[in-house]
Amino acid sequence: MPKVTFITHDGKEFTVDAVAESSAMEAATHNFVPGIDGDCGGSVACGTCHVFVDNAWAGKAPQPAEGAEKEMLLLLDNYEPHSRLACQIKLTDDLDGLVLRMPRGQH
Amino acid sequence: MTTIVNHEELARSLPIEKIDVSQIDLYVRDTMHPYFKRLRDEAPVHYLKESAYGPFWSITRFNDCVAIDTNHKVFSSDASVGSFVLDDATLNPTTEHGLYMPNFLGMDPPRHDIHRKAVSPAVAPENLEKLEPLIRERSGRVLDDLPVGETFNWVDRVSIELTTLMLATLLDFPLEQRRRLTRWSDVVTASPGDGFIDSWEQRKNELLECKAVFKDMFAERAKLPPKADLISMLAHSPEMADITEDEFMGTLALLIVGGNDTTRNSMSGSAMAASKYPVEFEKVKSNLALIPNAVSEAIRWQTPIAHMRRTALSDIEFGGQQIRKGDKVVMWYISANRDERVIERPFEFIADRKNARHHMSFGFGIHRCVGNRLAEMQVRILWEEFFKRFSQIEVVGEVKRIPSNLIHGYINIPVQVRR
Repeated sequence: MPKVTFITHDGKEFTVDAVAESSAMEAATHNFVPGIDGDCGGSVACGTCHVFVDNAWAGKAPQPAEGAEKEMLLLLDNYEPHSRLACQIKLTDDLDGLVLRMPRGQH
Repeated sequence: MTTIVNHEELARSLPIEKIDVSQIDLYVRDTMHPYFKRLRDEAPVHYLKESAYGPFWSITRFNDCVAIDTNHKVFSSDASVGSFVLDDATLNPTTEHGLYMPNFLGMDPPRHDIHRKAVSPAVAPENLEKLEPLIRERSGRVLDDLPVGETFNWVDRVSIELTTLMLATLLDFPLEQRRRLTRWSDVVTASPGDGFIDSWEQRKNELLECKAVFKDMFAERAKLPPKADLISMLAHSPEMADITEDEFMGTLALLIVGGNDTTRNSMSGSAMAASKYPVEFEKVKSNLALIPNAVSEAIRWQTPIAHMRRTALSDIEFGGQQIRKGDKVVMWYISANRDERVIERPFEFIADRKNARHHMSFGFGIHRCVGNRLAEMQVRILWEEFFKRFSQIEVVGEVKRIPSNLIHGYINIPVQVRR
């Protein structure tokens, strides 16, 4: 089971065990990590699971796919080069230990 | 002689191709749901050949609405090909009375993205944190003025008052003239005979007046240094430097309607739910931490925007049906939010519903409601402040609903509140 750490904008850390191949959004919501809403349930349709991939993981974590995810990300006010929608990050064993930072609020 | 129509029975017995969920009467009497249930069960992608709005497709299941909403490349909301509402008469510029009010809800990318991003920061969480104390104070004052133990109209005294105050704050519009915003909001989507206006001429004149007022404000703020209000933001936005007068008006009209009718009817709907579901009301009263969840649930349960419409840009097969280029496709959010396939016991208001945020009321995809966090905050503060002052709310008379298949809400809700 890959571990993933979510860090809130004010520095609180939540490390959870994720079901392999599940999404980072599911890992957060199933473990009640505050700050990830996932309103649309993972259909890349709401942008409320916005996270920033931690610098240490920037080269290793996959980039957002062209298409829906990129489109939704580009509409966010606080979009950054390391922005991802957590629902589109599949937690494989390669990503064990992944660190994701959260924005101040989901919009 | 009056005949009482049994809608459950009629919805079951009508030939399916005749079912017309756009009829205003259904919304005035709140009798649309049996028809939607039949469509969800038997014809989830349903074509109606003739209606007051011409032929259109009805999409009634939750996941189908999500699929249409997120496929903006095929299902366009651009004003150049139609409109984002079923009724072409008011907002489609190619029709006789349709006004050209270009705004980002009625645009496809890339223009949509530029306009939306100019407005979005104003209603982002960071900005809302700054606004919260002011909204709380104003909400408190409105509630302090309510006559305890007497019957009053919740819509007018609370829902309209609070949303209009908020909108005036966001636009930095003179507070003492704030009811003009309410009026313009009603007039934008009004047509003669619905109780808001008597003639198309009247609608046009009132909207021209609205245009003149905002044009002056825009010019004035463009000259002053930038401020945090929306008009100033638009006037100083580098991306919007080449904004036309029509585009500015369209954007404002969208914000006025979007920020008014919707939140207003979420506030009204939450009062209806509070009265109708006393057990749920008590749950919240004894555990105020439930308020945010109950707010999402109220927004689902009410569904203040009954539908959004798109126009197909090409032929496409969807749900086993052949949709043709140019067809009107209506996503009935009000039906999606009652879809038993996705939402358990969807007709009930359940304050601590799991997954309450997973609802259709804000839409999905690139046109998802930009002000959704502001709306949630306003309704949350209303109930947080309500419980500081009152212990009970009861609807004590017959309610009057808005005659519309677009804005799903109330004109009058007679209530009493008790300490």
